[in-house]
Amino acid sequence: MKVYLDNGATTMVDKKVVDSMLPFYVDKFGNASSLHQFGVEAKEALDNARKIIANKINADPEEIVFTGSGSESDNLAIKGIAYSNKEKNHIITSKIEHPAVLETCKVLEKQGFEVTYLKVDKEGFIDLNELKNSITNKTCLVSIMHANNEIGTIQDLKKIKDICKEKNVYFHTDAVQSFTKVEIDVKKINVDLISFSSHKIHGPKGVGALYVKKGTEIKKLIHGGHQEFDLRAGTENIPGIVGFAEAVRLGNKEHVTSMAKLRDKLINGLLKIKDTQLNGATGNKRLCNNVNIIFRYIEGESLLLKLDMNEIAVSTGSACSSQDLRPSHVLTALGLRADVAHSSIRFTLSRFTTEKEIDYVLKVIPKLVEELRQFSPLK
Amino acid sequence: MYSKKVMESFKHPHNMGEIKNADGIGKIGNPTCGDVMWIFIKIGKNKKGEEIIKDIKVKTFGCVAAIATSSMVTDLAKGKTIKEAKKITRQNIADALEGLPPIKMHCSNLAVDALHKAIEDYEKKNEK
Repeated sequence: MKVYLDNGATTMVDKKVVDSMLPFYVDKFGNASSLHQFGVEAKEALDNARKIIANKINADPEEIVFTGSGSESDNLAIKGIAYSNKEKNHIITSKIEHPAVLETCKVLEKQGFEVTYLKVDKEGFIDLNELKNSITNKTCLVSIMHANNEIGTIQDLKKIKDICKEKNVYFHTDAVQSFTKVEIDVKKINVDLISFSSHKIHGPKGVGALYVKKGTEIKKLIHGGHQEFDLRAGTENIPGIVGFAEAVRLGNKEHVTSMAKLRDKLINGLLKIKDTQLNGATGNKRLCNNVNIIFRYIEGESLLLKLDMNEIAVSTGSACSSQDLRPSHVLTALGLRADVAHSSIRFTLSRFTTEKEIDYVLKVIPKLVEELRQFSPLK
Repeated sequence: MYSKKVMESFKHPHNMGEIKNADGIGKIGNPTCGDVMWIFIKIGKNKKGEEIIKDIKVKTFGCVAAIATSSMVTDLAKGKTIKEAKKITRQNIADALEGLPPIKMHCSNLAVDALHKAIEDYEKKNEK
């Protein structure tokens, strides 16, 4: 039985999504900027996709800018705000952001910006008071992710936005992991910029979007044509964008409920194994598809590959699987010791995950853990 | 990323465990990467009367490369004279494993260091 539980990395493209995309490769291949029928056809598809995504978050279509990835959306939001606010040079973010945010902030630091990295508690929540106290009259942007990609902790966007609004600072959130899994209504939470990605929700890779609230002034990063309301040059990836919209259309609330049920079954089953612990929050403050477990005394990469030999695909926050050998910045920000952070495995479900698959994982994993623990020097 | 030989050694590692009443123990840990290795050796004599590593066992907390190098160092050292065992290098281990990714070379370092430390431990205990 092949079990894919790495949907936080990427997801299978839904067949219906593929079907929606296919006509735009051969028959309706036009450039949306062209004036002839081919172009008009493409433009209609583009407008329609924009509408679907805008509707999902209760935004206006003109507030959706298509990009090439979630990372590009993060870059556009953060650099876009930073470069358009010449008199302000301070940005606030958190220690557990995705590298697309953290590395962008580091680049800005080198260019003279100051960045505050907020700490998080042991479940991964930022301290709202620390946020409030960190905002100065030089702060141009607060960027805090909606749901964390490693541990699934969901921040309270409304409360963060209220603080930003009071202090008159732009608020960006990376909602790549939470999109379609946690409801976002921009009219209610009033966030200024939101990053999305297609391939985490059974859409194609290479497509992202940025919500930019009307009246928000940002500088573009990719120069050329005037596509995407003059915020992102480049011929639009119509098949990709159509597929992204179809993926958004197909996601619904029942999926969230059933994923959360399987998530809790997996968590409870895994916690029955001796010397395990859950990272992150529980219940509805945790992403419906995220399970992150520490298996003490064994190293994440070795368990990952043992699982792989049993056709179970997962990921790890262990450094040994990364290129720089440092343990996950998210897990260490939670206060975990390096050797404990090395022992983490992330399981991320999708709406295609079945109970049978979860049962299979729960059946296989105790034996593998035991095998590795047998020759571990740690106790 | 890993060679077939590394994966094979990881799947079926040799000489895992510990030796009660070991003659020498080498404990090595690398906090940056998080790997920890303990090597236990039992010393015997060959027909020529030279001291040899009669038995060797290893306990490892670490990634695939760490487990594979642990297994390989025990294979390379077992039955060797102490003199020969001291000459085992990290390159010997990496070569026997048909190569390691550059970033994992430190794992073969750990394995060699643990072996040498176990021998040192034995020699120290038997200094008269």
